[in-house]
Formats: sequence, structure tokens, C-alpha cells
Amino acid sequence: MSATNQSKAFQSRIGEALGNQQAHTNFRSAMNMLMENRLKQFPDQEELLHKRQRADAIRAHALRNLPTLLEKLEQKLVENGIQVHWAENGEEANALIHQLLSQAGARSVVKGKSMVSEEIDLNHYMEERGIKVLESDLGEFILQLAGETPSHIVMPAIHKSKQDIAELIHKHYPEHPYSEDVDTLTQQARQILRDKFCHADAGISGVNFMVAETGTLCLVENEGNGRMSTTVPPIHIAVTGIEKVVESLSDVPPLLELLTKSATGQPITAYFNMITRPRQRGEMDGPQEVHLVLLDNGRSHIRRDEELLDTLRCIRCGSCINHCPVYVQVGGHAYGTVYPGPIGSVLEPMRQGLDKIGALTSACSLCGACGQVCPVQIPLPKLINRLRAEAVTQQVETQGVKGQGSLRKLLEVWTWKGWRLIFGSGLRYRLFKLLATRLRRLTPPKMGGWSRYRTIAKPASRSLDEMAAKAGFDHE
Amino acid sequence: MAMSSDRPSEVYFLATCLTDLLYPRVGLAGMELIRRAGVRVIYPKRQSCCGQPAYNSGYRDEALKVARHQLSCFPRNIPVVVPSGSCAGMVSHHWPELFAGKPDEAEAVNMAGRTFELTQFLVDHLDLQLEDLGEPTEIVVHTSCSSRNELGIEERIESLLAQLSNVTVREQARKAECCGFGGTFSIKQPDISGAMVQDKCDALEQTGATRVVSQDCGCLMNIGGALEKQGRTLQPQHIAEFLLERTNVSN
Repeated sequence: MSATNQSKAFQSRIGEALGNQQAHTNFRSAMNMLMENRLKQFPDQEELLHKRQRADAIRAHALRNLPTLLEKLEQKLVENGIQVHWAENGEEANALIHQLLSQAGARSVVKGKSMVSEEIDLNHYMEERGIKVLESDLGEFILQLAGETPSHIVMPAIHKSKQDIAELIHKHYPEHPYSEDVDTLTQQARQILRDKFCHADAGISGVNFMVAETGTLCLVENEGNGRMSTTVPPIHIAVTGIEKVVESLSDVPPLLELLTKSATGQPITAYFNMITRPRQRGEMDGPQEVHLVLLDNGRSHIRRDEELLDTLRCIRCGSCINHCPVYVQVGGHAYGTVYPGPIGSVLEPMRQGLDKIGALTSACSLCGACGQVCPVQIPLPKLINRLRAEAVTQQVETQGVKGQGSLRKLLEVWTWKGWRLIFGSGLRYRLFKLLATRLRRLTPPKMGGWSRYRTIAKPASRSLDEMAAKAGFDHE
Repeated sequence: MAMSSDRPSEVYFLATCLTDLLYPRVGLAGMELIRRAGVRVIYPKRQSCCGQPAYNSGYRDEALKVARHQLSCFPRNIPVVVPSGSCAGMVSHHWPELFAGKPDEAEAVNMAGRTFELTQFLVDHLDLQLEDLGEPTEIVVHTSCSSRNELGIEERIESLLAQLSNVTVREQARKAECCGFGGTFSIKQPDISGAMVQDKCDALEQTGATRVVSQDCGCLMNIGGALEKQGRTLQPQHIAEFLLERTNVSN
């Protein structure tokens, strides 16, 4: 997509989102709740800072030693009987998973919530090849019925009202009576899914943390569907990004605490799964085969840049999204990417290229709220600023982000050159001020989108420069 | 009056281009508050802009050239006081990044270390004591995101206002949320920015306050412009003007 087209498409999605008042109300109340819940978990700001610094250090250490840790992880996993596969990109990951499923003759698969599976568009790939993948996370299950994508990385169906959900379940499963009662709806989904778990040929899941020291795959969830997907079917395939590795088991508790508290304001989730090996001889349950598919998909490229590398510390809590004043206005779908909000605005252009989706970086007032709440202290505003600079740069380099300079527009370039000429010289700036103040009546009454929502501030009749001299302040 | 140990005898005033051109009375009020406390205030007349608009738009070369001119206007090793969290943050936090590896990096880092937002300076360096001479009033405070998230000085404005016995500060919903200005963001994404300022105006007005006070002219231009466009009665005012008005004997 050309630079102009991607901007146009983004603007049109924004327009659509802003026109949906109901969605805005839904997002607003959900985000208010999430922010309040988080705050209750962190009553002591100093202690929180200390915990964030610790989590940051754990993740930074893991990323610095990524190749070594991944080798160690693979070795441990293989020792434990878990088969490890490496995928350069989404296509490779899907092909690998498809091959594993085909070999096992799997036709029906249950899947726990996984953003990496969204990233590689796993469901469509398998469906096109005759394998039905059923989403077992309640939110994802609802979206699958609706044929929609997640609008939030932790609460994928946050944009749906309970009426929407009631209609969807009744439409697809008419044997269940229509109800708008949340408990009844949950029960209905539970019954539908229970049956699928029992008959699935394979289970797919994501991973939250991989421990190199012990070869453990950690999975955080609330509904038990993750545990069902990874233990009931005869084969479990986990798929995740290479950056999710940490060095030792003792690295997990500090990260887990910040993850659940930052994400939903829960001190701990209802389920925390630690998967170390397939079913052993004499054991009554668990999958006979466990596979891990490790996806790169641009992560190694991001890791090579010292500044961009910080992005990979992300533990996918969604706290930056919950606190973003832009996200609460436009919601997740306006971004048009798998990852929305602040983390999406840095990760997606790095992953896909500025020429594809660099326009996302414009939807940020640089208020800094995201950077303040990030549990691993990713400097999100700084990264957005960096990406804006790369998007309009003239010096294209091999390092850095794909699509450098693709959003450079002549009009903008000349505007900033003109601005620099005026503001870069005391003499020219004073002349400019003289004209602006004396000709203030000529200030245009409209200025594009600004005056759609506000009146125009006119220059004063005298600048501060003149007034300060008159008021007896020292000029120098 | 308690004297802070690092109380300077003279300071530079970095007006910001917005104050200089659009809101000169804010600048005068800020300078007067400092002068009244017995500190000499110097207004470098060649000063222009900190470079923030271009920096935040990705035009770093242009930002650097303007910042370099600005740097040359504040050569002496005395504090630089700025009536804006956003511009103070640009100098103190982003100049070291912008000038990194450049021949004048040391000078830029030096100025970054002696640049302070106005309320921060009044509280931390002057320990300013205020006596409220005004009528009872109810206000609401909008703290700029740069003062809150970048500089971490959001309580300075509150502590100054707490000294004013006749001023009641009302609390709005989602106090920490951005007003939607964001400099060039309001031009590049006018509809998102417009929706944000609408929500902000609603929250501010729901407090029943008559005035909204802030430490940043950018936020006030945004909020004030939206309030005026919608014909609302809530009045925007910069903290410098508000403090001076309420504590000046001659008023």
C-alpha cells in the first residue's frame, strides 16, 4: 500500500470509529474500569517503580542474551521431550503447524487465546486446508462467531455489548435459548466448548513466558480453556515469538505479578499453567506430543537496533492500550493491525514497515501515559517519535525500520524548512512577530481541522518581547 | 519566608513562542511573580522556539537548527524558567537526545540541567509564599501531560493553589487524561483531537468550576478554543496570571 493510500485508509477507519458513539461509550467504561482496577493493585507508587525496574531488567537481560537463551531453551525442551520448531515468518509457522496437524490426521482443533496466532492468521490458513480451528477463549469464541478480529490484546471482544453476544450465540447455537444474562451466556459457551475439548484432535496455545533454565512453557489465563486446550487433546502445539524467553524460573514471579496486575488489575489469574513435558509412561492424562513453534517474523531485525530493541521487552499486558486517550476514542479496529494502541503503533510499523502502516504513529498526542504505566518501562513515546523521524527521513539506511522516508511529503518538508528559516534566526523571528502582531486582523478565521472544533487564537497586539521591555525587564 | 538554599539572584525567562506571540500577558505575569520575589529576570530578546513542533513531527534536522539558535540566547550559567511544562520538557529531556553527538552537545546538556518549568521553579527554588487577596472562587486544574508524565511535577501547581485560602479546587473525572492538543497532533489528527478535547471540556465543566487553570498555554489554547467554540462559560487561565491576579496588592 502506498504512503497516501495507507494514510487514507487509516483516516477512513478513524472516521468510522469516531462516528460510533455506542462503541466509544463501551470503550470508555471498560477502560475506566481497567485503569481503576490496576491502580488498586499498586497503592505504593515507589514500590511500583521498583517492581517495574526489576521487570525491565529481567526482560532486558533476556533480550541481550537471546541467542544463548534460545539455544539453552531448545536443549532443555528437547531433554524434556518437547519438540522444537523454528519459523522465520508467519507462512513458515503456519506450514509447520499444518504439517504437524496433517501428520496426526487432525481435523478439529481447539485453540487457547494467542496473539501470535492472530499475527500469523493461523485460523484462516488451517481452514483453507480443511482443518477447523475453534477458539476456546470466551472473547475469541465470540469474535469467531461474529467473523471479527480482536479490538484489544487482552480483552479481544471488549467492543461487543452483551446484547451483541446474546444474539450471536443464539444465532449460531439455536438449541440454546436467547438470554442476555451474563452468567447464562457464559454457561452456554461453556457447554458448547466442553464438548469440543473432548473431541478435538489437537490443541493450540500461545505462551506467556518460556524458561530457558528448566524448559518450561508458562501460560496465563482465566477461564481454564488454556489448560483444557493443552491437556485434553492428544497433541499440544504451542506457538510464540522468540522474545518470550527468560533465563530462570525465578524470573517468572516478578513478571507474572506485573502482567496480571497491569492487565486486568488481578493479583493473580484464575489459572497459571507450567508445561514441561508430554504425558509420561504411567500418567493418566496430558498430551502424548508437545510441540513448540518459535516465530521470528521480524523480531531479530528489531533486536539489532539498540533503541527499537526495547519494544521486545513487551509482556502483552495491554496496560498502554488501557491508558491511551486515543485508543479510548477510536477503539482497536481503527488501527487495522493485530496489535492496537501504543504498543501496536510501534510494533506494527517495525514489523510491517513504515511504508505499510507508518501512519499509525500520527495517532498519538505524545501524552506519555503509556510509558508511565508500562510494567517493563518501554519508552513508547520516544519510540513513536523515533518512528516519525524515520518515516520522513531523507537518509535511507539499511539498518532501522523498513520503509524509511516513505511518509516524506514535499509540502510538509517545505513547511518545516520555512519554519526553520523564521524561528532559527532572532532577526527574522522578530520581523515575523512584528508582522503577525500588527496584521493580526488578517489572521485567517479558519485553519483546517483545528477550527472545526475550536476558535482560532489570534496573535496579541504586541508580543511579549515588546511588552517585557516596556515593563522594565532586562533585555539581553 | 523560608529561603531555599539554591535560590538564584537572577534567571533567564524562556517565554515560548506561543506565549510570546499569542499570550504575552501570561509571560509578563510569570516574570512579575519571579521579580516580585526579589530575583532579577532577564528576557533574551533574540529567543524564539525550543524546536519541539518539528522534533515531534520527525523533522529532527530542522528542530536542531532552531534549538541551536535558542541555545545561543541563554549562554550564562543561570536558571532558565519556562511558563510551560511542554517546552521545559523539550529542553530538559529532549535536547540531550537531539544534540547527542553534536559539537554543542555539552552546552545543550548544561542548559537542559538548568531549565525549569515556572511552577516547579516557584516552589522548588523560590519557596514562594502567597497571600490570597481575591474573592472566593471555584476552579479546576488541568495539568499538562508533559508536567505530569515527563517532568513529574504535577503537584507543584496544586501546592501553589493550596496556599490560596479563598480558592476551592474542584476535581474532574479522568484528571490525568490528555486534553488532545499534542502540538501538530491536533493538525494531523484533528478529529481524534477534537473528540479528546470535547471529552475534556465535558469533564471540566461537570465540576461546576468557573475557571480552568493550567501551566501550559498549549493546553489552554486547545481547551479554551473548544470552550469558546461551543459557547461555554468556563474560562481558561494560565496559572501565572491567576496567581498574580489574586496576590497582587495593586490589583
